[in-house]
Amino acid sequence: MFVELNNLLNTTPDRAEQGKLTLLCDAKTDGSFLVHHFLSFYLKANCKVCFVALIQSFSHYSIVGQKLGVSLTMARERGQLVFLEGLKSAVDVVFQAQKEPHPLQFLREANAGNLKPLFEFVREALKPIDSGEARWTYPVLLVDDLSVLLSLGMGAVAVLDFIHYCRATVCWELKGNVVVLVHDSGDAEDEENDILLNGLSHQSHLILRAEGLATGFCRDVHGQLRILWRRPSQPTVHRDQSFTYQYKIQDKSVSFFAKGMSPAVL
Amino acid sequence: ELPAPLLDDKCKKEFDEDVYNHKTPESNIKMKIAWRYQLLPKMEIGPVSSSRFGHYYDASKRMPQELIEASNWHGFFLPEKISSTLKVEPCSLTPGYTKLLQFIQNIIYEEGFDGSNPQKKQRNILRIGIQNLGSPLWGDDICCAENGGNSHSLTKFLYVLRGLLRTSLSACIITMPTHLIQNKAIIARVTTLSDIVVGLESFIGSERETNPLYKDYHGLIHIRQIPRLNNLICDESDVKDLAFKLKRKLFTIEAGVQWHDLGSRQPRLLGSSNYPASASLVAGITGAHHHTQLIFVFLVETGFHHVGQAGLELLTSGNSASASQSAGITGMSYRARPRALYFKENKSKVGARQLLETREEHLSSRLLILTQAERLCMGRRFFTAFHIFNELPCKGDCICLQTCQTQ
Repeated sequence: MFVELNNLLNTTPDRAEQGKLTLLCDAKTDGSFLVHHFLSFYLKANCKVCFVALIQSFSHYSIVGQKLGVSLTMARERGQLVFLEGLKSAVDVVFQAQKEPHPLQFLREANAGNLKPLFEFVREALKPIDSGEARWTYPVLLVDDLSVLLSLGMGAVAVLDFIHYCRATVCWELKGNVVVLVHDSGDAEDEENDILLNGLSHQSHLILRAEGLATGFCRDVHGQLRILWRRPSQPTVHRDQSFTYQYKIQDKSVSFFAKGMSPAVL
Repeated sequence: ELPAPLLDDKCKKEFDEDVYNHKTPESNIKMKIAWRYQLLPKMEIGPVSSSRFGHYYDASKRMPQELIEASNWHGFFLPEKISSTLKVEPCSLTPGYTKLLQFIQNIIYEEGFDGSNPQKKQRNILRIGIQNLGSPLWGDDICCAENGGNSHSLTKFLYVLRGLLRTSLSACIITMPTHLIQNKAIIARVTTLSDIVVGLESFIGSERETNPLYKDYHGLIHIRQIPRLNNLICDESDVKDLAFKLKRKLFTIEAGVQWHDLGSRQPRLLGSSNYPASASLVAGITGAHHHTQLIFVFLVETGFHHVGQAGLELLTSGNSASASQSAGITGMSYRARPRALYFKENKSKVGARQLLETREEHLSSRLLILTQAERLCMGRRFFTAFHIFNELPCKGDCICLQTCQTQ
């Protein structure tokens, strides 16, 4: 987790808000550093995390997690982390007929089905154990990333339904959090992706948007981060707050600064 | 040790895919590289000239037959396979892709690249080359129609291929004719599903073919994506503008356009149809000046942006409201990448038409490169500024003032 980002979001692992949907979005840049941040953040907060990793392998997250101070292998062994490795599972599903319903069953179907098996997997992973003692604080669902589901033949509506079910279960019923990453295709005219992004933007409580710089590549400023809080319950004045920062990614952390205040420029 | 050429059969116009095993021990690579063609007719990889950027190969030589026979390679030619009655699992991919995936998976399994059968000899990496993925030759119709029936086939294929590569010791390089794909969303999705994406943009058929600025080059290379694998950051090179040349034996990639070589070029206003008119307008503005210096503005772009258009408007409109135009340029350039603006200085008193004819002589004079957009002003204020530059001790080469648009 990045300490500076925690400060910007005014949160720490001990006292994070619950029952929230956070939307991570990237446009013209790679927003995966935000995924790494939230993964390590919630593992440090002692939450039960279900990570649906569709685009990268387990070892990738594990190696970066070590740089950020969490061990995914150990978290998985002690049951704190349930990791669905999409790439490996896809190979299993496509090449061998599965006896039980598999979370990625839709890969074998010709028509766009629904994501019910995936939701069942998530629910099974995050349901509280009835052993009496509460080992973990609250459950968290992390998805990296949702746009891949569109590439795999799912419609935007099916993905929105899936997130709706997940929110109802994880956020409302289990008082946990959901964090998802969606790419913003910008001017690539990806209508399905736009529908998905807009739909999620309206549902989420916090939107973190990583954008590339408008003028192009810069060695010292890797991009711009827009933070948007949406609090529907508050009066209109305090409802939506938006901040913009610029960032530079380093080997083990990310530093944030106000626009134009990059240390390289000052 | 340089890697051997991956494909030597681009000269044969067969659309087959070859899988090579090379005996080079390397660390664990599981990546996918997708090349994209844009208007490129045919390409060969060859050795490089003096200013190289990367590895090089000699296109005129073919791979020795002994090497091909000695190494263990597998070929996949779809028309042969499609007729055979392989048991095909029900899947929503087009049959061509399904067979290809099964083929690759069989090789990975049998040759032990995924750890199932331990490799007996020294460990190898499986290198896969797929040509023209997405074209109708693979049974896909995304190049034919905008919303074909198989619009998800290609992306699903890439996803499963990515999974295969991540779980085995292999790397794959794919070429894709994206200039034929009509649905731009698919290209964006393909980019996300790949690790490294390089775009090749050929000048053939575009307006740049006749642009003397690009006389020696055949196209541009755009590095669209570099992966961040096992890391938060990636190793981006500082060089963003790459151009390539394709000769009989050589395939050269050059970093940027060597600005100081442009002294011998003939810059021309990009896409300008009323060229003499604009030149005369410029001449008109400068008529009052003592030295009759004519300044041309060339906006060289690395991509198709509107910065060039703004430059043309500046020159072709004859207003004296040049301050606003310069503001326009400034506004444009802030939105674009750091651009280079060229000023050509012409010392003698020539009219527009003569200027066109005697371009070459004058180009050998100083070529000034100014990249600060604020100084672009066609009024008197600009000329004074230019004068100052003129008197700087520059030796016939260019003075390059780079403004990086850091925020």
